[in-house]
Amino acid sequence: MNLLVILPILIPLAAGALSLLGRHSQRVQGALAVIGGIALVISAVALLLATWEQGHIVSELGSWPAPFGIVLVSDLLAAIMVLLSAVTSAATAFYSLGSISIAHRKAGYFPLMHLLLAGVNGAFLTGDIFNLYVWFEVMLVASFSLLILGGERAQMEGAIKYVTLNLVSSALFLSAVGLLYGLVGTLNMADIAVKLGEVDSGMTTVIAMLFMVAFGIKAAAFPFFFWLPASYHTPQVAVSALFAGLLTKVGVYALFRVFTLIFGMDDPLIHQVLLWGAGLTMVTGVLGAAAQFEFRRILSFHIVSQIGYMMMGLALASVSVLALAGGIFYIIHHIIVKANLFFVSGLVYRLRGSYELKQLGGLYRDKPWLALLFLIPALSLAGMPPLSGFFGKFIVIRGGVEAGAWALVAAALLVGLLTLYSMTKIWAEVFWKAAPENTACAASGSNTLLYATVAGLALITVAIGLGAQPVLVLSQAAAEQLLDPSLYITAVLGEAP
Amino acid sequence: MTRERRIPPPDRNALRTQSLILRTTGFFLLPLLLLFALFLLLRGHNAPGGGFIAGLVASAAIAVHLFAMSEAGARRVLRVDPRDLIAWGLILALAAGVIGLFSGQPFLTAHWLTVSLPVFGELKLGSPLLFDLGVFLVVLGTASTIIINLAEQDT
Repeated sequence: MNLLVILPILIPLAAGALSLLGRHSQRVQGALAVIGGIALVISAVALLLATWEQGHIVSELGSWPAPFGIVLVSDLLAAIMVLLSAVTSAATAFYSLGSISIAHRKAGYFPLMHLLLAGVNGAFLTGDIFNLYVWFEVMLVASFSLLILGGERAQMEGAIKYVTLNLVSSALFLSAVGLLYGLVGTLNMADIAVKLGEVDSGMTTVIAMLFMVAFGIKAAAFPFFFWLPASYHTPQVAVSALFAGLLTKVGVYALFRVFTLIFGMDDPLIHQVLLWGAGLTMVTGVLGAAAQFEFRRILSFHIVSQIGYMMMGLALASVSVLALAGGIFYIIHHIIVKANLFFVSGLVYRLRGSYELKQLGGLYRDKPWLALLFLIPALSLAGMPPLSGFFGKFIVIRGGVEAGAWALVAAALLVGLLTLYSMTKIWAEVFWKAAPENTACAASGSNTLLYATVAGLALITVAIGLGAQPVLVLSQAAAEQLLDPSLYITAVLGEAP
Repeated sequence: MTRERRIPPPDRNALRTQSLILRTTGFFLLPLLLLFALFLLLRGHNAPGGGFIAGLVASAAIAVHLFAMSEAGARRVLRVDPRDLIAWGLILALAAGVIGLFSGQPFLTAHWLTVSLPVFGELKLGSPLLFDLGVFLVVLGTASTIIINLAEQDT
């Protein structure tokens, strides 16, 4: 059991170290990326199955007993997130093989990718709030470097905003952890949850708000989202896809974890802030996207708007279990779909040499299969049945109806419609309209691997849509676990306090 | 006079190597700092010190040498590419953690091996030392990579 929990962190770290040693050989690096990705998927599936059967799996690092040492905890949500990160990493590995140039590989692309994944998985699995901060930093350091790999002017511009805001967020996070430690004298999340219940202090709300702002920045929630559309369209497409799939979701995951385990949703202030945050994030994101005419920028704004749905699930958690389950379902659907849309944008760029909608066109005539591969994630994102996005939205909105949050339900429906508008805009401009004259010719090299990756992820999207019931059962089980923190606390600290 | 001859002559191409004071102190500081780093590394587990701080001190030694002599000189002192140090350090640290897994215990569980030596008495060797050594190499490798690359960009 100890092995299963540590493997998702160990595999990328080991692959990263070996990849750094083998940096002079393209073949070694590529093989390590693929092997690492597949091994990660296998270990994540094993972890999810074990967690499903046994409930929480806890490993006390270094055999230091629970409230004193660092623990790794896998509950269903954590295991689901690890599996999603593994799938995204495997897809990115395949896509990178076909798209990352030699120069970028030499600059250390593959070791950084592995390091990023170690940080992401560590953040999902840790049961210690300071350790969570450390994994966030591991992830951020790797993402800073990946973002500026290649060193183009636009990248630097985006990276400055990205780095600055993320550092601010880290500082807030660290301050919150410090204040929390001052209040309860422990860093173990389960122990904090117990001790915080005994403390009656106005500081609790202050700390909760600090956490919310810190994670809100990482998750790109309103009003802290502007770093995301400013930077995500600048790096290599594989990097964009990895970021789009995983990074903001780590912030969302942290919100889910902290605001179910440590701070209950019974505080009306937290509840209200989350509700408003969710609604405004959805609406501003989608309106931002409507004003954009660059492929990847449109997609970036849509990440923001989709984060709103996940927050909506969390905000309504205290009233409706279904809403929280919907939020988790939404994360599952979103990570796969969003990464895939970025992959498609990369393919379009390779075929036409541009991301600007004005300079694109005619791809439906030339590459009908690519058009189909775009339609699957695009319609799923917009929420068309029977694809995964429909069920995600449907469950979240059902939860909203159950909770009687009518304004939020209306916003969610409207945003769905506007998302469809954005996706039709891309469809009409890139695929449907006639190609403008003097289009650039295709980049050299085979695109087979890229098509295979996109097709694979599209298949997963369809599978989630057609097999929505098992995924919903899983999300619901995860949501019920989250809403009963005593399970987590007992698993970490031993017998019930 | 004999001692002065062993201090390397200035490199005429680089401006910063013109300082005799820096070259002289750098010459003496390099071994001292490296020894101090080793001391910090070994006293680490039970007293203040450890791999991280030892790695920083060692990279300070490399930095002083770089400023006193040249980038190439700093690379020569390290003997291997600093990026290899990062990789090996990471592998050592992970290996130290994995030892515990083999006996069914959690990752990073410490395992000790007591060796009796004729002169020093009992010597306790353990996986935390291996971990510290790994951290030392990672920190030294990372800091040196940054410093040397920045210096080389500059020239």
